[in-house]
Amino acid sequence: MTSFLKLALRNGMRHKLRTGLTVLGLVVAILSFGLLQSIVDAWYAGADRAAANRLVTRNAISLVFPMPINYREKIRAVEGVRSVAVANWFGGVYRDTSMANFFPRFAVDAEQYFAMYPEYVLNEDEFRAFLRDRKGAVIGRKLALQHGFRIGDTIPIQGDIFPGNWEFTVRAIYDGAEPNTDTSLMFFHFDYLNETLKQRVPGRADKVGVFVVAIEDVGRAAEIARAIDEQFKNSAAETLTETEKAFQIGFAKQTEAIVIAVRFVSYVVIAIILAVMANTMAMTARERMTEYATLKALGFPPAFIAALILGESLAIAVIGAAIGIGLTFPVGYWFAAKMGTLFPVFGISPQTVGLQAVCALVVGIAAALLPMRRAARVNIVEGLRFVG
Amino acid sequence: MSADGTALVQVRGLTKSYRRGGQRVPVLSDINLDIRRGDFLALMGPSGSGKSTLLNMIAGIDKPDAGQVLVDGVDIARLSESELAAWRAAHVGFIFQFYNLMPVLTAVENVELPLALTSLPRRERRARAETALRLVGLEDRMTHLPSELSGGQQQRVAIARAIVTDPTLLVADEPTGDLDRAAAEEILGLLERLNTELGKTIVMVTHDKRAADRAHAIMYLEKGELSTAEDVAERSVRASRHA
Repeated sequence: MTSFLKLALRNGMRHKLRTGLTVLGLVVAILSFGLLQSIVDAWYAGADRAAANRLVTRNAISLVFPMPINYREKIRAVEGVRSVAVANWFGGVYRDTSMANFFPRFAVDAEQYFAMYPEYVLNEDEFRAFLRDRKGAVIGRKLALQHGFRIGDTIPIQGDIFPGNWEFTVRAIYDGAEPNTDTSLMFFHFDYLNETLKQRVPGRADKVGVFVVAIEDVGRAAEIARAIDEQFKNSAAETLTETEKAFQIGFAKQTEAIVIAVRFVSYVVIAIILAVMANTMAMTARERMTEYATLKALGFPPAFIAALILGESLAIAVIGAAIGIGLTFPVGYWFAAKMGTLFPVFGISPQTVGLQAVCALVVGIAAALLPMRRAARVNIVEGLRFVG
Repeated sequence: MSADGTALVQVRGLTKSYRRGGQRVPVLSDINLDIRRGDFLALMGPSGSGKSTLLNMIAGIDKPDAGQVLVDGVDIARLSESELAAWRAAHVGFIFQFYNLMPVLTAVENVELPLALTSLPRRERRARAETALRLVGLEDRMTHLPSELSGGQQQRVAIARAIVTDPTLLVADEPTGDLDRAAAEEILGLLERLNTELGKTIVMVTHDKRAADRAHAIMYLEKGELSTAEDVAERSVRASRHA
């Protein structure tokens, strides 16, 4: 065993530059794979956070088409509905259009909305101050930290969907009840938006993007959703009601092609490093054919020769994977910080780390297969004559 | 001769041919040879005469097309690959022209390598490897890598590796072919000592007449046929009479 380990490890360090470059390639591949997988996870993080007792009602044609505000009372009247809150995507530009300054802004029925979202943890005094201030805003802790916003600060927003200059005063900062709660959002009063629109563009007032519906019984979600949509059948704005999770997945699916491409690229990176590693191991085994023949002549079985090559390949893969996985955490969080609030909940999951390790293991084994077969089968006489 | 009179190696009706470019090229035909225990035999002959092929079959790293190779009563031509590997590990010590040491292992680790196939404890393996290196006069080079040793020293490490398992038979294929005269003399002296002092049976293939002269007996292989020095001399006399 000691002879085997000595040979495998020292063989691995024989061509330091070649081994170093192969390890570097593996580090880059495992790191890239981990980052890309984490981006995909972050993409679907909203769906993971969705609560089962919340439904979302939107225009059946598309999210971009609004619904009349009076639907709110009709939905509230549906049996099994506990409460309803408006949630309007506001858009707008803070400072400039860079990703660093992007954060989601929603106009909501504040009291009802925050009652439905216990995961947004608010200080009672601050929340009361927010309710009193028509131009007040609630922002998440991550957003506050990122931009240095404090209670009382004014956030100026240049409107795009809703034109004009808008100003909001930070009245409350919420924390997340769970580590994966999105704390990069900004909320303000729907009434402020609606009343301003009535003055500036009356035709766009009293229109709503989505209604968030809290229900009493999770088991009746499908039935209640059908009942809501039934009410608006054959109207000018038919609705589509679904669970919050389905809504989030549907939202993410709008960009599914990109997500699939990202996933595909992550595996392509692994395939490329597999080819590089296989080439390294093939070169290595070819150069050492005389040594393998000598070992066989001395009485070492073919399995020992195969294990030597596999051991060397796995050693390179394990070193590359360890460094790659280790780097995924700092690089991932640096990348997420650079992306601002595009990925509000970004994390390197244990599954991602597991996949990275499995990929490295597969690369280590697959790269060694052909050289192992060739070296184990080497004819001693031919191998001793071999000039690599 | 130090041989005790019993044949350690018996080669009977040995035939071997190779396939080259779709054609079968005969290398050895109906070879018969006895090597006595404790003998030191040199095999000579021109390039391509089949002397290394014969040595390989005696050492169990090649198989004949027909015939028998009996070593200590075991017909090694009939052994399976795995049986043959185990047999080689226990009974044969190899000395190659280019030493064939593992470049990443030190001298003592190289010598210790064949003992990894035994059940000896680690400490015992190291002790035996050190003894073998002392025997070849390399006690002060134990931790040197092959690249840090001269050609003659590397060959001495290879000889130590060959004897560390106390094999029945030592096979040496051109052991001095890559060495200068002084180093070659050292190696030949060492082989002589192993033969006379330790009673090792040695079969050596060589091109070098001076090296062959250090052996107890010389056999010549030409055109696939084996002959003694006397046969060669007789043929030469007959040829000169006809001329």
